Amino acid sequence: MPSSENMMSKQTPIALDIQSLNVYFGEGHERFRAVKDVSISVAAGGSYGLVGESGSGKSTVLRAVSGLVTNWDGTVAVNGEPISKKREMAYCRTIQMVFQDPYASLHPRHSIDRTLSEPLRLHKFDNIDDRVNQALVDVGLGASFRFRFPHQLSGGQRQRVAIARALMLEPDILLLDEPTSALDVSVQAEILNLLSDIRKKRQLTYILVTHDLAVVAHMCDEIAVMSHGEIVEVMGVETMRDSKPQHEYTRELLEASEGYQPEA
Amino acid sequence: MSIDTTPHDQGMKGWLTSESPESRFHAQMVQLYAGWQSLVANRLAFLGFMIIVLLVLVAIFAPLLATHDPSIQNLKATLLPPFTDGHILGTDDSGRDIWSRIIYGSRITLFIVALVAFTAPVFGLLVGTVSGYLGGWVDTVLMRITDIFLAFPRLVLALAFVSALGAGIENAILAISLTAWPPYARIARAETLTIRNSDYIAAIQLQGAGRLRIILGHIWPMCMSSLIVRVTLDMAGIILTAAGLGFLGLGAQPPSPEWGAMISSGRQFIHDHWWIATMPGLAIFIVSLGFNLLGDGLRDILDPKKAQS
Repeated sequence: MPSSENMMSKQTPIALDIQSLNVYFGEGHERFRAVKDVSISVAAGGSYGLVGESGSGKSTVLRAVSGLVTNWDGTVAVNGEPISKKREMAYCRTIQMVFQDPYASLHPRHSIDRTLSEPLRLHKFDNIDDRVNQALVDVGLGASFRFRFPHQLSGGQRQRVAIARALMLEPDILLLDEPTSALDVSVQAEILNLLSDIRKKRQLTYILVTHDLAVVAHMCDEIAVMSHGEIVEVMGVETMRDSKPQHEYTRELLEASEGYQPEA
Repeated sequence: MSIDTTPHDQGMKGWLTSESPESRFHAQMVQLYAGWQSLVANRLAFLGFMIIVLLVLVAIFAPLLATHDPSIQNLKATLLPPFTDGHILGTDDSGRDIWSRIIYGSRITLFIVALVAFTAPVFGLLVGTVSGYLGGWVDTVLMRITDIFLAFPRLVLALAFVSALGAGIENAILAISLTAWPPYARIARAETLTIRNSDYIAAIQLQGAGRLRIILGHIWPMCMSSLIVRVTLDMAGIILTAAGLGFLGLGAQPPSPEWGAMISSGRQFIHDHWWIATMPGLAIFIVSLGFNLLGDGLRDILDPKKAQS
Protein backbone atom coordinates (compact mmCIF):
# COMPACT_ATOMS: atom_id res chain seq x y z
CA MET A 1 0.00 0.00 0.00
CA PRO A 2 2.64 2.60 0.77
CA SER A 3 3.69 4.10 -2.46
CA SER A 4 7.39 3.83 -1.79
CA GLU A 5 7.01 0.07 -2.15
CA ASN A 6 5.22 0.64 -5.42
CA MET A 7 8.19 2.50 -6.71
CA MET A 8 10.63 -0.16 -5.59
CA SER A 9 8.82 -3.01 -7.29
CA LYS A 10 10.51 -3.88 -10.55
CA GLN A 11 7.28 -4.88 -12.31
CA THR A 12 5.91 -1.39 -12.79
CA PRO A 13 7.46 0.19 -15.87
CA ILE A 14 8.83 3.69 -15.55
CA ALA A 15 6.75 6.16 -17.55
CA LEU A 16 8.99 9.16 -17.12
CA ASP A 17 12.63 9.04 -16.12
CA ILE A 18 14.53 12.28 -15.67
CA GLN A 19 18.25 12.04 -14.95
CA SER A 20 20.42 14.99 -13.89
CA LEU A 21 18.33 17.59 -15.65
CA ASN A 22 19.75 21.09 -15.83
CA VAL A 23 17.73 23.94 -17.28
CA TYR A 24 19.31 27.26 -18.19
CA PHE A 25 17.94 30.70 -18.86
CA GLY A 26 19.90 33.35 -20.70
CA GLU A 27 23.15 33.14 -22.58
CA GLY A 28 26.87 33.61 -21.84
CA HIS A 29 27.66 35.42 -18.61
CA GLU A 30 23.99 36.05 -17.97
CA ARG A 31 23.29 32.33 -18.01
CA PHE A 32 21.32 31.21 -15.02
CA ARG A 33 20.90 27.60 -14.00
CA ALA A 34 17.25 27.45 -12.95
CA VAL A 35 17.15 23.70 -12.40
CA LYS A 36 20.16 21.87 -10.99
CA ASP A 37 20.73 18.14 -11.36
CA VAL A 38 17.16 17.10 -10.92
CA SER A 39 16.48 13.38 -11.18
CA ILE A 40 13.06 11.88 -10.75
CA SER A 41 11.42 8.77 -12.05
CA VAL A 42 7.71 8.26 -12.19
CA ALA A 43 6.14 4.82 -12.45
CA ALA A 44 3.48 4.30 -15.11
CA GLY A 45 0.11 5.06 -13.61
CA GLY A 46 1.76 6.90 -10.73
CA SER A 47 1.16 10.38 -9.52
CA TYR A 48 4.21 12.39 -8.65
CA GLY A 49 4.14 15.70 -6.84
CA LEU A 50 6.70 18.45 -7.16
CA VAL A 51 6.39 20.99 -4.39
CA GLY A 52 8.34 24.06 -3.45
CA GLU A 53 8.01 27.77 -3.11
CA SER A 54 7.66 30.19 -6.01
CA GLY A 55 10.79 30.33 -8.14
CA SER A 56 12.11 26.97 -6.99
CA GLY A 57 12.16 25.70 -10.58
CA LYS A 58 9.34 23.21 -10.33
CA SER A 59 7.35 24.57 -13.27
CA THR A 60 10.55 24.85 -15.27
CA VAL A 61 11.05 21.09 -14.96
CA LEU A 62 7.65 20.56 -16.57
CA ARG A 63 8.39 23.08 -19.30
CA ALA A 64 11.66 21.29 -20.13
CA VAL A 65 9.99 17.88 -20.22
CA SER A 66 7.16 19.14 -22.39
CA GLY A 67 9.60 20.84 -24.76
CA LEU A 68 8.51 24.42 -24.18
CA VAL A 69 11.94 25.21 -22.80
CA THR A 70 14.74 23.85 -24.96
CA ASN A 71 17.87 25.04 -23.21
CA TRP A 72 18.48 22.03 -21.02
CA ASP A 73 20.79 19.06 -20.67
CA GLY A 74 20.57 15.70 -18.98
CA THR A 75 18.40 12.81 -20.09
CA VAL A 76 14.66 12.60 -20.16
CA ALA A 77 13.23 9.23 -21.10
CA VAL A 78 9.57 8.64 -21.74
CA ASN A 79 8.43 5.02 -21.63
CA GLY A 80 12.07 4.01 -21.77
CA GLU A 81 13.00 6.08 -24.81
CA PRO A 82 15.14 9.18 -24.45
CA ILE A 83 13.50 12.22 -26.03
CA SER A 84 15.13 14.65 -28.39
CA LYS A 85 14.77 18.37 -27.97
CA LYS A 86 12.82 18.69 -31.16
CA ARG A 87 9.28 17.57 -30.47
CA GLU A 88 7.84 15.01 -32.78
CA MET A 89 4.17 14.56 -33.50
CA ALA A 90 4.12 11.20 -31.72
CA TYR A 91 5.56 12.83 -28.60
CA CYS A 92 2.57 15.20 -28.53
CA ARG A 93 0.34 12.18 -28.23
CA THR A 94 2.36 10.89 -25.26
CA ILE A 95 2.65 13.96 -23.07
CA GLN A 96 0.24 16.82 -22.63
CA MET A 97 0.08 19.66 -20.16
CA VAL A 98 -2.56 21.53 -18.17
CA PHE A 99 -1.61 25.08 -17.37
CA GLN A 100 -1.96 27.08 -14.21
CA ASP A 101 -4.24 29.90 -15.23
CA PRO A 102 -7.36 28.90 -17.16
CA TYR A 103 -7.97 32.57 -17.92
CA ALA A 104 -4.73 32.65 -19.93
CA SER A 105 -4.53 29.17 -21.37
CA LEU A 106 -7.56 29.22 -23.67
CA HIS A 107 -7.43 31.23 -26.87
CA PRO A 108 -9.87 34.12 -26.25
CA ARG A 109 -11.01 34.30 -29.89
CA HIS A 110 -11.47 30.59 -30.48
CA SER A 111 -14.63 28.74 -29.61
CA ILE A 112 -14.38 25.71 -27.35
CA ASP A 113 -15.11 23.64 -30.44
CA ARG A 114 -12.09 24.98 -32.25
CA THR A 115 -9.83 24.65 -29.19
CA LEU A 116 -10.76 20.99 -28.79
CA SER A 117 -10.95 19.95 -32.43
CA GLU A 118 -7.73 21.56 -33.66
CA PRO A 119 -5.39 18.97 -32.07
CA LEU A 120 -7.57 16.22 -33.54
CA ARG A 121 -7.32 17.71 -37.00
CA LEU A 122 -3.57 18.19 -36.57
CA HIS A 123 -3.12 14.52 -35.77
CA LYS A 124 -5.68 13.36 -38.35
CA PHE A 125 -8.07 11.70 -35.92
CA ASP A 126 -11.40 10.51 -37.22
CA ASN A 127 -14.89 11.13 -35.75
CA ILE A 128 -13.91 14.62 -34.64
CA ASP A 129 -17.48 15.68 -33.79
CA ASP A 130 -18.09 12.67 -31.56
CA ARG A 131 -14.72 12.98 -29.88
CA VAL A 132 -15.25 16.66 -29.03
CA ASN A 133 -18.70 16.01 -27.61
CA GLN A 134 -17.45 13.01 -25.64
CA ALA A 135 -14.50 15.01 -24.28
CA LEU A 136 -16.86 17.71 -23.02
CA VAL A 137 -19.04 15.09 -21.34
CA ASP A 138 -15.97 13.43 -19.81
CA VAL A 139 -14.93 16.61 -18.04
CA GLY A 140 -18.46 17.22 -16.81
CA LEU A 141 -19.45 20.05 -19.11
CA GLY A 142 -21.68 18.58 -21.79
CA ALA A 143 -22.13 19.25 -25.47
CA SER A 144 -24.05 22.50 -24.95
CA PHE A 145 -20.74 24.20 -24.16
CA ARG A 146 -19.23 23.27 -27.47
CA PHE A 147 -19.78 26.47 -29.41
CA ARG A 148 -19.24 28.91 -26.60
CA PHE A 149 -16.27 31.18 -26.19
CA PRO A 150 -13.97 31.20 -23.16
CA HIS A 151 -15.30 34.54 -21.91
CA GLN A 152 -18.71 32.92 -21.47
CA LEU A 153 -17.30 30.37 -19.01
CA SER A 154 -16.34 30.51 -15.34
CA GLY A 155 -12.80 29.75 -14.14
CA GLY A 156 -13.68 26.19 -13.18
CA GLN A 157 -15.41 25.56 -16.51
CA ARG A 158 -12.43 26.95 -18.37
CA GLN A 159 -10.09 24.63 -16.49
CA ARG A 160 -12.33 21.71 -17.42
CA VAL A 161 -12.00 22.74 -21.05
CA ALA A 162 -8.22 22.98 -20.63
CA ILE A 163 -8.18 19.45 -19.16
CA ALA A 164 -10.36 18.22 -22.03
CA ARG A 165 -7.93 19.80 -24.49
CA ALA A 166 -4.96 18.05 -22.86
CA LEU A 167 -6.84 14.74 -23.09
CA MET A 168 -7.88 15.12 -26.74
CA LEU A 169 -4.75 13.40 -28.04
CA GLU A 170 -5.14 10.58 -25.52
CA PRO A 171 -1.73 11.05 -23.85
CA ASP A 172 -0.21 8.64 -21.33
CA ILE A 173 1.37 11.32 -19.21
CA LEU A 174 -0.24 14.52 -18.05
CA LEU A 175 1.84 17.39 -16.73
CA LEU A 176 -0.19 19.50 -14.33
CA ASP A 177 1.21 22.94 -13.61
CA GLU A 178 -0.61 24.14 -10.51
CA PRO A 179 -3.95 23.26 -12.07
CA THR A 180 -6.04 24.64 -9.22
CA SER A 181 -4.10 27.59 -7.85
CA ALA A 182 -6.03 30.14 -9.91
CA LEU A 183 -9.43 28.78 -8.87
CA ASP A 184 -11.84 29.34 -6.01
CA VAL A 185 -11.44 26.96 -3.07
CA SER A 186 -14.84 25.39 -3.75
CA VAL A 187 -13.96 24.77 -7.40
CA GLN A 188 -10.48 23.45 -6.55
CA ALA A 189 -11.91 20.29 -4.99
CA GLU A 190 -14.12 19.65 -8.03
CA ILE A 191 -11.20 19.94 -10.41
CA LEU A 192 -8.96 17.73 -8.24
CA ASN A 193 -11.67 15.06 -8.04
CA LEU A 194 -12.14 15.26 -11.79
CA LEU A 195 -8.40 14.80 -12.29
CA SER A 196 -8.35 11.82 -9.91
CA ASP A 197 -11.31 10.19 -11.66
CA ILE A 198 -9.76 10.67 -15.08
CA ARG A 199 -6.47 9.18 -13.91
CA LYS A 200 -8.22 6.12 -12.55
CA LYS A 201 -10.35 5.70 -15.66
CA ARG A 202 -7.59 6.18 -18.21
CA GLN A 203 -4.60 4.92 -16.20
CA LEU A 204 -2.69 8.12 -16.74
CA THR A 205 0.57 9.14 -15.18
CA TYR A 206 0.50 12.52 -13.47
CA ILE A 207 3.24 14.92 -12.60
CA LEU A 208 1.73 17.61 -10.48
CA VAL A 209 3.47 20.83 -9.65
CA THR A 210 2.07 22.83 -6.80
CA HIS A 211 2.89 24.82 -3.73
CA ASP A 212 -0.22 23.58 -2.00
CA LEU A 213 0.70 20.61 0.19
CA ALA A 214 -2.94 19.68 0.74
CA VAL A 215 -3.32 19.18 -3.00
CA VAL A 216 -0.27 16.89 -3.14
CA ALA A 217 -1.46 14.93 -0.14
CA HIS A 218 -4.77 14.41 -1.92
CA MET A 219 -3.41 13.59 -5.36
CA CYS A 220 0.07 12.08 -5.18
CA ASP A 221 1.79 8.91 -4.02
CA GLU A 222 5.25 10.36 -4.08
CA ILE A 223 6.58 13.83 -3.53
CA ALA A 224 9.78 15.65 -4.36
CA VAL A 225 10.49 18.89 -2.55
CA MET A 226 12.36 21.49 -4.55
CA SER A 227 14.22 24.52 -3.32
CA HIS A 228 16.39 26.87 -5.38
CA GLY A 229 16.34 24.57 -8.40
CA GLU A 230 17.37 21.44 -6.50
CA ILE A 231 15.47 18.51 -5.11
CA VAL A 232 16.09 18.53 -1.38
CA GLU A 233 13.97 15.58 -0.45
CA VAL A 234 11.92 12.79 -1.97
CA MET A 235 9.32 11.14 0.21
CA GLY A 236 6.21 9.04 0.11
CA VAL A 237 2.89 10.65 0.86
CA GLU A 238 2.68 8.79 4.19
CA THR A 239 5.86 10.44 5.42
CA MET A 240 4.42 13.80 4.59
CA ARG A 241 1.10 13.10 6.26
CA ASP A 242 2.95 12.02 9.40
CA SER A 243 5.02 15.20 9.22
CA LYS A 244 8.28 13.25 9.48
CA PRO A 245 10.44 14.79 6.81
CA GLN A 246 14.22 14.45 6.89
CA HIS A 247 15.22 17.81 5.53
CA GLU A 248 15.01 21.08 7.40
CA TYR A 249 13.49 22.93 4.43
CA THR A 250 10.69 20.39 4.09
CA ARG A 251 9.89 20.76 7.77
CA GLU A 252 9.59 24.52 7.35
CA LEU A 253 7.38 24.04 4.32
CA LEU A 254 5.12 21.67 6.24
CA GLU A 255 4.88 24.03 9.19
CA ALA A 256 4.11 26.92 6.90
CA SER A 257 1.34 24.92 5.26
CA GLU A 258 -0.46 24.63 8.56
CA GLY A 259 -1.04 28.34 8.44
CA TYR A 260 -0.55 30.93 11.11
CA GLN A 261 -0.27 29.44 14.58
CA PRO A 262 -0.66 31.78 17.52
CA GLU A 263 1.91 31.10 20.23
CA ALA A 264 0.88 29.32 23.42
CA MET B 1 -23.71 21.33 -14.30
CA SER B 2 -24.04 21.33 -18.03
CA ILE B 3 -27.70 22.26 -17.97
CA ASP B 4 -28.45 25.59 -19.51
CA THR B 5 -30.84 27.33 -17.18
CA THR B 6 -31.65 30.40 -19.26
CA PRO B 7 -34.88 29.84 -21.14
CA HIS B 8 -34.61 30.31 -24.87
CA ASP B 9 -36.37 33.38 -26.21
CA GLN B 10 -38.62 32.82 -29.10
CA GLY B 11 -37.79 33.70 -32.68
CA MET B 12 -34.86 35.31 -34.43
CA LYS B 13 -33.69 37.52 -31.59
CA GLY B 14 -33.58 34.62 -29.18
CA TRP B 15 -31.63 32.62 -31.69
CA LEU B 16 -29.16 35.46 -32.19
CA THR B 17 -28.56 36.06 -28.49
CA SER B 18 -28.44 32.40 -27.46
CA GLU B 19 -25.99 31.57 -24.67
CA SER B 20 -25.35 28.08 -26.00
CA PRO B 21 -25.13 28.08 -29.78
CA GLU B 22 -25.78 24.76 -31.46
CA SER B 23 -23.48 24.96 -34.45
CA ARG B 24 -20.40 26.74 -35.72
CA PHE B 25 -22.57 28.95 -37.95
CA HIS B 26 -24.89 29.78 -35.07
CA ALA B 27 -21.93 30.78 -32.88
CA GLN B 28 -20.61 33.09 -35.59
CA MET B 29 -24.01 34.70 -36.02
CA VAL B 30 -24.27 35.30 -32.27
CA GLN B 31 -20.83 36.94 -32.29
CA LEU B 32 -21.75 39.10 -35.29
CA TYR B 33 -25.03 40.16 -33.73
CA ALA B 34 -23.32 41.17 -30.48
CA GLY B 35 -20.83 43.25 -32.48
CA TRP B 36 -23.64 44.84 -34.48
CA GLN B 37 -25.48 45.76 -31.30
CA SER B 38 -22.48 47.47 -29.76
CA LEU B 39 -21.94 49.33 -33.04
CA VAL B 40 -25.53 50.59 -33.03
CA ALA B 41 -25.23 51.55 -29.37
CA ASN B 42 -22.22 53.75 -30.15
CA ARG B 43 -23.89 56.63 -32.00
CA LEU B 44 -20.84 58.34 -33.46
CA ALA B 45 -19.42 55.06 -34.71
CA PHE B 46 -22.78 54.24 -36.23
CA LEU B 47 -22.83 57.63 -37.94
CA GLY B 48 -19.39 56.88 -39.38
CA PHE B 49 -20.59 53.45 -40.44
CA MET B 50 -23.61 55.00 -42.18
CA ILE B 51 -21.34 57.45 -44.04
CA ILE B 52 -19.26 54.53 -45.34
CA VAL B 53 -22.40 52.61 -46.32
CA LEU B 54 -23.62 55.74 -48.10
CA LEU B 55 -20.30 56.00 -49.95
CA VAL B 56 -20.64 52.40 -51.11
CA LEU B 57 -24.25 52.94 -52.21
CA VAL B 58 -23.37 56.13 -54.06
CA ALA B 59 -20.54 54.33 -55.84
CA ILE B 60 -22.82 51.43 -56.83
CA PHE B 61 -25.71 53.60 -57.99
CA ALA B 62 -23.59 56.38 -59.53
CA PRO B 63 -25.31 56.22 -62.97
CA LEU B 64 -28.70 56.69 -61.30
CA LEU B 65 -27.65 59.55 -59.02
CA ALA B 66 -25.62 61.53 -61.51
CA THR B 67 -27.54 64.17 -63.42
CA HIS B 68 -24.99 64.56 -66.18
CA ASP B 69 -22.20 62.61 -67.82
CA PRO B 70 -19.12 63.33 -65.66
CA SER B 71 -16.71 63.78 -68.56
CA ILE B 72 -18.76 65.59 -71.20
CA GLN B 73 -17.62 69.16 -71.57
CA ASN B 74 -19.96 72.01 -72.28
CA LEU B 75 -18.03 75.16 -73.02
CA LYS B 76 -21.22 77.24 -73.10
CA ALA B 77 -21.87 76.47 -69.44
CA THR B 78 -18.51 76.82 -67.72
CA LEU B 79 -18.01 77.96 -64.13
CA LEU B 80 -21.71 78.03 -63.32
CA PRO B 81 -22.47 78.57 -59.60
CA PRO B 82 -24.45 75.90 -57.69
CA PHE B 83 -28.16 75.49 -58.46
CA THR B 84 -28.13 76.98 -61.94
CA ASP B 85 -29.54 75.25 -65.00
CA GLY B 86 -29.96 71.95 -63.21
CA HIS B 87 -26.34 71.79 -62.08
CA ILE B 88 -26.80 71.09 -58.34
CA LEU B 89 -23.23 71.95 -57.42
CA GLY B 90 -22.42 74.08 -60.43
CA THR B 91 -19.94 73.35 -63.20
CA ASP B 92 -16.17 73.53 -63.51
CA ASP B 93 -13.97 75.35 -65.98
CA SER B 94 -14.82 72.88 -68.76
CA GLY B 95 -18.52 73.02 -68.08
CA ARG B 96 -18.66 69.55 -66.49
CA ASP B 97 -21.27 68.98 -63.80
CA ILE B 98 -19.51 68.91 -60.40
CA TRP B 99 -22.24 66.89 -58.66
CA SER B 100 -21.97 64.10 -61.24
CA ARG B 101 -18.20 64.18 -61.09
CA ILE B 102 -18.23 63.83 -57.31
CA ILE B 103 -20.70 60.93 -57.57
CA TYR B 104 -18.52 59.10 -60.07
CA GLY B 105 -15.39 60.11 -58.11
CA SER B 106 -16.69 58.09 -55.17
CA ARG B 107 -15.99 54.96 -57.24
CA ILE B 108 -12.34 55.93 -57.56
CA THR B 109 -12.10 56.76 -53.88
CA LEU B 110 -13.69 53.44 -52.92
CA PHE B 111 -11.41 51.60 -55.33
CA ILE B 112 -8.34 53.19 -53.72
CA VAL B 113 -9.58 52.54 -50.19
CA ALA B 114 -10.52 48.93 -50.87
CA LEU B 115 -7.29 48.08 -52.63
CA VAL B 116 -5.06 49.70 -50.05
CA ALA B 117 -7.09 48.22 -47.18
CA PHE B 118 -6.63 44.71 -48.55
CA THR B 119 -2.96 44.91 -49.43
CA ALA B 120 -1.00 47.07 -47.00
CA PRO B 121 -2.44 45.74 -43.70
CA VAL B 122 -2.22 42.11 -44.83
CA PHE B 123 1.40 42.55 -45.86
CA GLY B 124 2.20 44.48 -42.67
CA LEU B 125 0.48 41.83 -40.57
CA LEU B 126 2.46 39.07 -42.24
CA VAL B 127 5.80 40.84 -41.79
CA GLY B 128 5.04 41.84 -38.20
CA THR B 129 3.76 38.50 -36.95
CA VAL B 130 6.45 36.45 -38.66
CA SER B 131 9.07 38.80 -37.29
CA GLY B 132 7.64 38.80 -33.78
CA TYR B 133 6.97 35.09 -33.59
CA LEU B 134 10.17 33.74 -35.12
CA GLY B 135 12.48 36.32 -33.53
CA GLY B 136 16.24 36.06 -34.02
CA TRP B 137 17.79 37.13 -37.30
CA VAL B 138 14.46 37.01 -39.16
CA ASP B 139 13.16 39.63 -36.75
CA THR B 140 16.26 41.77 -37.15
CA VAL B 141 16.20 41.72 -40.95
CA LEU B 142 12.47 42.33 -41.32
CA MET B 143 12.37 45.10 -38.74
CA ARG B 144 15.36 46.94 -40.21
CA ILE B 145 13.62 46.89 -43.62
CA THR B 146 10.54 48.26 -41.89
CA ASP B 147 12.66 50.95 -40.29
CA ILE B 148 14.01 52.00 -43.66
CA PHE B 149 10.49 52.39 -45.04
CA LEU B 150 9.38 54.24 -41.92
CA ALA B 151 12.26 56.70 -42.22
CA PHE B 152 10.77 58.29 -45.36
CA PRO B 153 7.86 60.71 -45.17
CA ARG B 154 4.94 58.82 -46.70
CA LEU B 155 3.98 61.30 -49.39
CA VAL B 156 7.57 61.79 -50.51
CA LEU B 157 8.13 58.04 -50.80
CA ALA B 158 4.82 57.66 -52.65
CA LEU B 159 5.90 60.47 -54.99
CA ALA B 160 9.17 58.66 -55.66
CA PHE B 161 7.38 55.39 -56.41
CA VAL B 162 4.83 57.06 -58.67
CA SER B 163 7.47 58.93 -60.61
CA ALA B 164 9.42 55.71 -61.02
CA LEU B 165 6.38 53.64 -62.02
CA GLY B 166 4.60 56.30 -64.03
CA ALA B 167 1.58 58.42 -63.14
CA GLY B 168 -1.82 56.77 -62.89
CA ILE B 169 -4.36 55.59 -60.37
CA GLU B 170 -3.07 51.99 -60.17
CA ASN B 171 0.48 53.10 -59.55
CA ALA B 172 -0.74 55.64 -57.01
CA ILE B 173 -2.49 52.82 -55.12
CA LEU B 174 0.61 50.64 -55.34
CA ALA B 175 2.75 53.51 -54.07
CA ILE B 176 0.38 54.19 -51.18
CA SER B 177 0.32 50.50 -50.22
CA LEU B 178 4.09 50.30 -50.36
CA THR B 179 4.36 53.22 -47.98
CA ALA B 180 1.45 52.27 -45.70
CA TRP B 181 2.47 48.80 -44.50
CA PRO B 182 5.35 49.54 -42.06
CA PRO B 183 3.20 50.93 -39.21
CA TYR B 184 1.00 47.81 -39.43
CA ALA B 185 4.06 45.60 -39.25
CA ARG B 186 5.15 47.45 -36.12
CA ILE B 187 1.78 47.09 -34.44
CA ALA B 188 1.50 43.43 -35.38
CA ARG B 189 4.99 42.70 -34.08
CA ALA B 190 4.33 44.43 -30.77
CA GLU B 191 1.10 42.46 -30.35
CA THR B 192 2.82 39.22 -31.31
CA LEU B 193 5.53 39.74 -28.70
CA THR B 194 2.91 39.96 -25.97
CA ILE B 195 1.03 36.93 -27.30
CA ARG B 196 3.81 34.52 -28.24
CA ASN B 197 4.64 33.49 -24.68
CA SER B 198 1.08 33.08 -23.50
CA ASP B 199 -0.21 29.74 -22.33
CA TYR B 200 -2.65 29.24 -25.17
CA ILE B 201 0.18 29.47 -27.68
CA ALA B 202 2.25 27.07 -25.55
CA ALA B 203 -0.73 24.70 -25.50
CA ILE B 204 -1.06 24.59 -29.29
CA GLN B 205 2.72 24.20 -29.61
CA LEU B 206 2.52 21.16 -27.35
CA GLN B 207 -0.14 19.75 -29.61
CA GLY B 208 2.26 19.80 -32.49
CA ALA B 209 1.06 22.76 -34.54
CA GLY B 210 3.56 24.20 -37.00
CA ARG B 211 4.75 27.79 -37.05
CA LEU B 212 2.61 28.82 -40.00
CA ARG B 213 -0.55 27.44 -38.41
CA ILE B 214 0.22 29.19 -35.12
CA ILE B 215 0.92 32.52 -36.82
CA LEU B 216 -2.11 32.45 -39.13
CA GLY B 217 -4.61 30.69 -36.91
CA HIS B 218 -3.67 31.80 -33.43
CA ILE B 219 -1.71 35.02 -33.57
CA TRP B 220 -3.53 36.76 -36.43
CA PRO B 221 -6.94 36.71 -34.72
CA MET B 222 -5.40 38.41 -31.69
CA CYS B 223 -3.81 41.16 -33.81
CA MET B 224 -6.93 41.75 -35.86
CA SER B 225 -8.82 44.14 -33.63
CA SER B 226 -6.03 46.66 -33.13
CA LEU B 227 -5.18 46.40 -36.81
CA ILE B 228 -8.75 46.97 -38.00
CA VAL B 229 -8.97 50.05 -35.80
CA ARG B 230 -5.68 51.37 -37.11
CA VAL B 231 -6.61 50.71 -40.75
CA THR B 232 -9.96 52.44 -40.35
CA LEU B 233 -8.31 55.45 -38.76
CA ASP B 234 -5.67 55.46 -41.50
CA MET B 235 -8.25 55.37 -44.27
CA ALA B 236 -8.78 59.10 -44.00
CA GLY B 237 -5.04 59.60 -44.43
CA ILE B 238 -4.97 57.21 -47.39
CA ILE B 239 -7.81 59.09 -49.11
CA LEU B 240 -5.93 62.31 -48.46
CA THR B 241 -2.69 60.87 -49.83
CA ALA B 242 -4.50 59.66 -52.94
CA ALA B 243 -6.11 63.07 -53.28
CA GLY B 244 -2.72 64.68 -52.72
CA LEU B 245 -1.17 62.58 -55.48
CA GLY B 246 -4.11 63.49 -57.70
CA PHE B 247 -3.63 67.13 -56.79
CA LEU B 248 0.03 66.95 -57.77
CA GLY B 249 -0.97 65.35 -61.07
CA LEU B 250 0.60 61.98 -60.19
CA GLY B 251 -2.56 60.09 -59.30
CA ALA B 252 -5.68 59.80 -61.38
CA GLN B 253 -5.23 61.51 -64.71
CA PRO B 254 -7.29 64.59 -65.76
CA PRO B 255 -10.44 63.30 -67.41
CA SER B 256 -11.23 60.93 -64.55
CA PRO B 257 -13.20 62.63 -61.77
CA GLU B 258 -10.83 61.95 -58.89
CA TRP B 259 -11.56 64.28 -55.97
CA GLY B 260 -7.97 65.41 -55.42
CA ALA B 261 -7.48 66.14 -59.11
CA MET B 262 -10.76 68.10 -59.07
CA ILE B 263 -9.51 70.29 -56.24
CA SER B 264 -6.28 70.77 -58.13
CA SER B 265 -8.03 71.99 -61.27
CA GLY B 266 -10.32 74.23 -59.23
CA ARG B 267 -7.40 75.81 -57.43
CA GLN B 268 -6.75 78.39 -60.11
CA PHE B 269 -10.32 79.69 -59.88
CA ILE B 270 -10.62 79.57 -56.10
CA HIS B 271 -10.96 83.33 -55.61
CA ASP B 272 -13.80 83.89 -58.07
CA HIS B 273 -15.41 80.44 -58.26
CA TRP B 274 -15.05 78.90 -54.81
CA TRP B 275 -17.36 75.91 -55.38
CA ILE B 276 -15.11 74.14 -57.88
CA ALA B 277 -12.47 73.28 -55.27
CA THR B 278 -14.78 73.32 -52.25
CA MET B 279 -17.28 70.66 -53.30
CA PRO B 280 -14.80 67.79 -53.84
CA GLY B 281 -13.01 69.04 -50.73
CA LEU B 282 -16.23 68.60 -48.76
CA ALA B 283 -16.64 65.10 -50.17
CA ILE B 284 -13.12 64.18 -49.02
CA PHE B 285 -13.86 65.74 -45.64
CA ILE B 286 -17.12 63.81 -45.14
CA VAL B 287 -15.69 60.44 -46.13
CA SER B 288 -12.55 60.96 -44.02
CA LEU B 289 -14.74 61.96 -41.09
CA GLY B 290 -16.82 58.84 -41.58
CA PHE B 291 -13.77 56.58 -41.45
CA ASN B 292 -12.41 58.39 -38.42
CA LEU B 293 -15.68 58.11 -36.49
CA LEU B 294 -15.99 54.44 -37.38
CA GLY B 295 -12.38 53.78 -36.39
CA ASP B 296 -12.83 55.48 -33.04
CA GLY B 297 -15.97 53.49 -32.38
CA LEU B 298 -14.39 50.21 -33.47
CA ARG B 299 -11.61 50.79 -30.99
CA ASP B 300 -14.19 50.77 -28.22
CA ILE B 301 -16.10 47.84 -29.65
CA LEU B 302 -13.17 45.58 -30.50
CA ASP B 303 -11.12 46.21 -27.37
CA PRO B 304 -10.33 42.63 -26.31
CA LYS B 305 -10.10 43.57 -22.65
CA LYS B 306 -13.65 44.81 -22.74
CA ALA B 307 -14.85 41.80 -24.68
CA GLN B 308 -13.38 39.43 -22.11
CA SER B 309 -15.03 40.95 -19.07
